[in-house]
Order: sequence, then C-alpha cells, then structure tokens
Amino acid sequence: MKYTRKAAPAAVAALALTLTACAQSDREDGGDAGSGGGDVKDTITFGAAGAPELFDPYYATDGETFRVTRQMMEGLVGIKPGTAEIQPELAESWEPSADGKTWTFKLRQGVKFWDGEPFNAEAVCYNFERMSDQNEVAQGGPAGYWADVMGGFKSDGAAALYQGCEATDESTAVIKISRSTSKFPTALSLDSFSMQSPKALKEGDANNVTKQGDGFGYPAYAKNPVGTGPYKLDKYDEGNKTVTLVRNDDYWGEKAKTAKLVFKIIPDESTRRQELEAGSIDGYDLPNPADWGGLEQAGNQVLIRPAFNIMYVGLNPKKNPKLKDLKVRQALYYALNREQLVKTQLPEGAKVATQFMPDTVSGFNKDLQPYAYDKAKAQQLLKEAGAEGMTLQFAYPSEVSRPYMPDPQKIYEALRADLEAVGIKVQVVTAPWNGGYLDTVDNGGYDAWLLGWTGDYDSPDNFIGTFFGNLKANDFQTSVTSYGAQLSKDLEAADAIVDEAERAAAYEKVNQQIMEQDLPGLAISHSPPALVVSEKVKGLTPSPLTAETFSSVTVEK
Amino acid sequence: MIRFIVRRLLQMVGVVVILSLLVFAWLKALPGGTVSALLGERATPERRAALEKALGLDQPIYVQYWEFVKRAVRGEFGASTGVQPGTDAFDVFLTRFPATIELAVCALVLAIVLGIPLGYLAARRRASLFDNTSIVFSLIGIAVPVFFLAFLLKYWFAVKLQWLPVSGRQDPGIDATRVTGFFVLDGLLTREFDASWDALKHLILPSLALATIPFAVIFRITRASVLEVLDEDYVRTAESKGLTNRIIRGRHVLRNALLPVVTTIGLQTGGLLVGAVLTERVFSWGGLGDALAIAFQRRDYAVLQVCILMAAVTYVVINLLVDIAYAVIDPRVRTR
Repeated sequence: MKYTRKAAPAAVAALALTLTACAQSDREDGGDAGSGGGDVKDTITFGAAGAPELFDPYYATDGETFRVTRQMMEGLVGIKPGTAEIQPELAESWEPSADGKTWTFKLRQGVKFWDGEPFNAEAVCYNFERMSDQNEVAQGGPAGYWADVMGGFKSDGAAALYQGCEATDESTAVIKISRSTSKFPTALSLDSFSMQSPKALKEGDANNVTKQGDGFGYPAYAKNPVGTGPYKLDKYDEGNKTVTLVRNDDYWGEKAKTAKLVFKIIPDESTRRQELEAGSIDGYDLPNPADWGGLEQAGNQVLIRPAFNIMYVGLNPKKNPKLKDLKVRQALYYALNREQLVKTQLPEGAKVATQFMPDTVSGFNKDLQPYAYDKAKAQQLLKEAGAEGMTLQFAYPSEVSRPYMPDPQKIYEALRADLEAVGIKVQVVTAPWNGGYLDTVDNGGYDAWLLGWTGDYDSPDNFIGTFFGNLKANDFQTSVTSYGAQLSKDLEAADAIVDEAERAAAYEKVNQQIMEQDLPGLAISHSPPALVVSEKVKGLTPSPLTAETFSSVTVEK
Repeated sequence: MIRFIVRRLLQMVGVVVILSLLVFAWLKALPGGTVSALLGERATPERRAALEKALGLDQPIYVQYWEFVKRAVRGEFGASTGVQPGTDAFDVFLTRFPATIELAVCALVLAIVLGIPLGYLAARRRASLFDNTSIVFSLIGIAVPVFFLAFLLKYWFAVKLQWLPVSGRQDPGIDATRVTGFFVLDGLLTREFDASWDALKHLILPSLALATIPFAVIFRITRASVLEVLDEDYVRTAESKGLTNRIIRGRHVLRNALLPVVTTIGLQTGGLLVGAVLTERVFSWGGLGDALAIAFQRRDYAVLQVCILMAAVTYVVINLLVDIAYAVIDPRVRTR
C-alpha cells in the first residue's frame, strides 16, 4: 500500500509528461486576425438556439443549419434583403419558355468555388443532377426540400418536376421541368438548392447517405462543404458548441466586412439574453416577445422581421360531421375575438389574418376583410345549423414554441373561452409536439387543432397549395367536403399559370373563394419573429424568411 | 477481491442487456417520435410513410430490436437524428462525456473540500453559531432550484461584475487545440495555458451551481457521522490513553466517520456523471445533460438509448469503486 501511494504521483507526472510530449499545439502564433480596421471588431459572435445539423444544405430542413450555410453558399436565385422577393444571385437573369416548362438561366461569370473550381453551366447541371439522382435512403428522408418542391427524384421519371439540365454554353444553363408551376424559379432560392463545387461533391462522395440504425449517416462531404459565398467554414467545435466561419477573400462580390463569424449555440433563451448583456455575444435569435421592451430599453436593437407565417385552427369534417356545414364553420370563426388575442397573446406587430397567407406573399387578396368578432351572429348561425351546444374536440400542442405561436397553451385558452362563450362544449386535448400531436393531426384524430406554418419561399402554392392542394391527403380532410375537389383543381390551375400578374390574380380569386365559400379552417393571425443585436451592430437587415446574411455586418468596438 | 470485481462486472452485463430491452420498449411505446421530430409541420401522410420506410420503422418491433442488438454488438448504436445528426450515438456520447466529467469532478471536488471539513467542524462545535449557520446554508443549498441559483450567479458574476463568462466551455476566440476533450487538461498538454485558464474560468460558475446539492448532502452526512463516532467508547478510550488530538481525530474519528460519507460521495458522483440536465442547459455546457435534453426534445432515440445505457454502466462502475474504497478504508470489509 505504501509503495503505491508513493508511486502514484510519480506515475501521474510521468503520464502527463508523455502526453505533453505527444500533444502539440496546432495553434498558429501571433493570432491577430485583425483586418477589420481600428474601430470595428474582427469577429461577429451570434447566439443561435440550436446546433446546425450538417453543412451540406441539400440534406437539411432546419433553420439553424440554413443560418450557417446561407453565409457560405449561394443559389441561382437569391432573396432581396428585407423582403421575400427573389433577385439574381449566381444567375444574372432567367427566362421561361412560353409553356413555362423550359427555363434558361444566364449565369454570372468569373465566379469560383473556394476550392478554385469555376462556377459555370456545367457546374449548375452537375448540381441539379446530383440533387435529382438520390439513393432510396436519401429520398425517404434527408432530401426533404427536393422531395417537397420537385415531388420526386430521377428514379420517379416523368412524375418528378425536374426533368433535366443542359449546359448550352459556359454561362447558360437550361432547366426543363414537367409542368408549369409557380414554384419556379422562386423555390430555387431555398438554401437546400445552393450551388456546391462539383469536384468537392465528387471527391467527398456527397450523395452517399446511408441508414444507420434509426437515423441517417452522412458522407464526409457534409462536414466539409465547398460553396461560393462570402464566408467559408473554418471549424465546427462540437465540444465547445461553436461554429466558426472565416471570410472568403476570393468572393466574387463585395467581400464580407468582418473577418470572422462565430455562431455560439446557446439553447436556453435567458442565457442568450445574459450573454448579450455581458457583451460576449453581439446578438441572438428568437428573443422572447415579453423581453423585447426590456432589451430595447437596455440599448439593444430588436429587429422585427415582417411576418411570413400563419397560425390557424384546423377543422376536420371527417371526424366531426357537424363541421361539414359552412354555417357551423362560420359560427366558430365569428365566435373568436382575434383582435383581442393579437393584442394580448402575440408579439408586437402581429396581425389578424384575413386569409391563409401573409400579405408578403404574391397572390394575397387585400380586399378581403377579417371575420369580425360577433358573438350574436355566431349563436344565430349555430342555431340555424341546428348545432347549438355542439361538442368540439379541440387540441393544442405542448413542449413547443413557434414564431407564429409563441405560447400555444395561452393562445388556446383564449380561443377556447371564446368558443365556450357561444355555447360550444369544448373537449380539451393536448399532446407534446413531437410526442403524438403532429402524428394525430396527420392521422385526422382531432376535430379541431391549433397549428401554423412558416413559408419557405414567396409562392402562394407554398401556403394554400400545401394546406388544401393535395386532395387525397391533407390535414383538413377536404376530400369529404363538397368543395374540396374543386378547390384542389383551382389551386392546380392557378399554380400552372406562367404569367406572374395573371397568376397572382388567379390566386387572389382562390383566396376569396377559400375565405367566403369554403372556409376549410380558421385563419387566425400572423406574428413577426424578431432577432436582437447590440447597439454596436450595423448593417443587419431582418428577413421575413429568416434569411439574414452577415456579410454586410460590422460591430463597433 | 478480483473474483468480486469480475462478478460485479458480469452483473453489469446483465443489467445492461435487460435495461436495453426495457429502454427500447419504452421508447417505442412513446407516442410520436423521430418522424414527427424530423418533419415538423411539413409532415404529410406520404412523407411520413416514406421516412418510416427509410428508417426501418415500419418493421415489427422485435425485428427492430434484433437489428439494434446486432448493431450494438458491432459497436454501432445508430446515427443520431437530433443532437449531432449523422454521427453515431456512441460517438456523440464520447464527445460529450469529457465535458460532463470535467464539470462533475470540479463540482465534486468543491463539494468534498468544503463539505467534509465543514461537517467535521460543525460536529466538533455542535450547537454553536458556526454549526447552526452551516446547517442553514446547507439547507439553502438543497432548497434553491439549480436554475434559479445559476441565473443569480450568472447575473452577478458574469453580467454585472463581468468577472466570469456567462456560459459555454471556452471563449471561441481562443482557438484552442483539442486533445482529450477535457479543455483544462488539453491546455496544459499543449501548453496553451491561456486556453486552460479560460476553460477553468468557464468551469467556476457551473460547478458552484452544481456543487450545492452534493455539498449539502456531504456536509450533513459528515456532521451526523462524526457526531456518532465522537460518542463511541473507543474514542473515549483513546482520549483517556492520552493519545494526541491529531491521532484521535485522524485515525479514530475521521476514518470511522468517513464510511457513510464515502457511500454518499459515490452515489453523488454517479448522479453527477450521468449529466446534470438543468445545470448544463442553463450554462450551455455541451455535456451529457445537454445532449439528453435535446435528444428527448427531438426524439433522438439512438442518443437516448446510449445515454441511458451508459448511465447504468457508470452507476455500476461507481458502485464498484465505492465498494473498493470501502475495503481500503475499513479493514473489516477486506477480510470478509
């Protein structure tokens, strides 16, 4: 025993020495990365609520991943800062054929990927072929946005929207699609469809997604992507929960104003706030609406994004046949005091919805008026429908907060009180968001439910098309209604119109029809999400699509 | 002794096998799941079916379990879907475990270094002002919720005074080299002493918050145990023999009083090593507790499984170590 005691410290010392000999610092000396001038910082540190899932945006569907990849990657089509409108990015212009099935993209010249590979028409076609030609595993899950937008992959043949790409010359790429749709070209602004280096994609075996247990395994490329953007990936320190990007000095456009961009992952909202107060981060996403006032008083800038979402109450006429009667659905709508809900339960800038899309989307019908709160009318309509005192099973989710629905329970309580006030017997149901709620909604298990949607790109199809388009399987079960089939056809017809103005007019009509004659559900409100930055941050434009870019941002010292 | 250790380790295998079955059944029985978590609002019946097929979730449960066992034997636990998507769940565990160990060790050292001497002193000066004050403090330690204490500590020391960082394990600007995943140690090994110092500063507040409960428990057990031993006949005998205070306290009082304290420390260590969910969350500490919280929220079953199974292994190993420590302190156990 005594021997061991004496030997122990010596052993530890020996071990430490050995390890010291093995381990060596990779750090470069003289770490003064300063190139941002005298009065601005050389690093922006932003507090993110979650970790990016991977760095190949094609296989991602979550905002935390896109927040990072957006700084590094660009698509053919970009988004005009502060709006949902598209603008040229890697393509300088585009032109559809008369039937809307052939799209010719004129590409920006002189652009290079970080690995030195040229960006040209061949690279574009390589990217599209890569996105279309996915194995069965990737088709089932990770290639989510492609599946959503294109409705199929190469193996689906003519059923898929994307039908091929041709590089007619160095700077002209022609993309063929199977039918005319409003998704084109706006959907190409999605981060998932960013252009990546063909050479790096090939070398990193980028399409090799495998099933690993109950999850997906990704190839090495997904950790080390190559794009064309103003920043490039420096490192993802998983142990320290930080992602570091550095300026791409060969960027084709205006170079990033700050040399380094760090995303610090801080899941807890009050901790994000304290980090900002301590000055260790320069801003963070999704401040609690209750804190907006306090944050501003402390000298920070609360940047409110124009709302690009909708919160609604879904109705299922298949589950509760009383809901097949338009008068009942209208009665429920008149019963809701949405003005008050917006004032008391939703953040500043929230609006009462007049239709199932926000006014930032083309095809929004500005002539529609909201169903005004009218208790007597609601009771009258219920009486006419013979549904006085009807029972309604109405559900809300727990363990979740969404930009359109910051506190589901409080919102639900307000709506429920309104419904009960007109004599409806509300059966309260709740389930955790990932713990049965979404499943039950999709399986048609609730009479009525609280849910919403945040748009991905500026297209009415991305809102009402998603909700009511797929007749066979939509949550609103429009297949059992008298109007469902027609509505689905009208949506398809509007989507196929090539001329933008004509298409917008058609959608405005559909919106009117949905709200006045069909009313498949109750559109409630639009809530703007916000981000907050310190007073020293300049040049950050809030985006309705939460698509902020940091290349124009500086932070004063 | 060796037979004893081997037997305990074999028992551990049994525990892990049974637990894996239970955890698997429990996770599969939960409503909702990975598919909902991955698809969110964009889930449609078609997308759900496609994803379930791609993940093999449309297979009967016993087939899924058998697949899981086959993979587990090969050392593959399935890719994480929420915490670090694409990374094998066991690698997620390995990346995160050092963070939890670092924090747990720090908190435990604080709790022991403060708890045992204070407990001993409080017992020696029973009913004194010192004794009463210490008891009140230990009660506060147990009673105040960790997240509240954490909030206050961060508010005063990080936001107001700016002496210490708010959260995280290291300032990202330091650009430290990683060797073992223990940041303080890494800095020493690579001679990046500023990195070590920074990591140490990041450790202070979370360990203080985390140490309060183990401190209170160790303090109270030590105090009670010392009081009991002080009343023993052999202590009186030792005193009457005229032995020096140092020998009486060291060899007779403390050594005997420490037995229950060691058991307590063992249990506390087990608790700390499987991850402190709340403390890690509010300090953005990338350890197991943080991983567990994210895994549960996003229904990352692979990571949940591995974390729960490894928690069981950790407990068994710690218990074993406690038993060995017993043998070292108490010769009677050795001969038994």
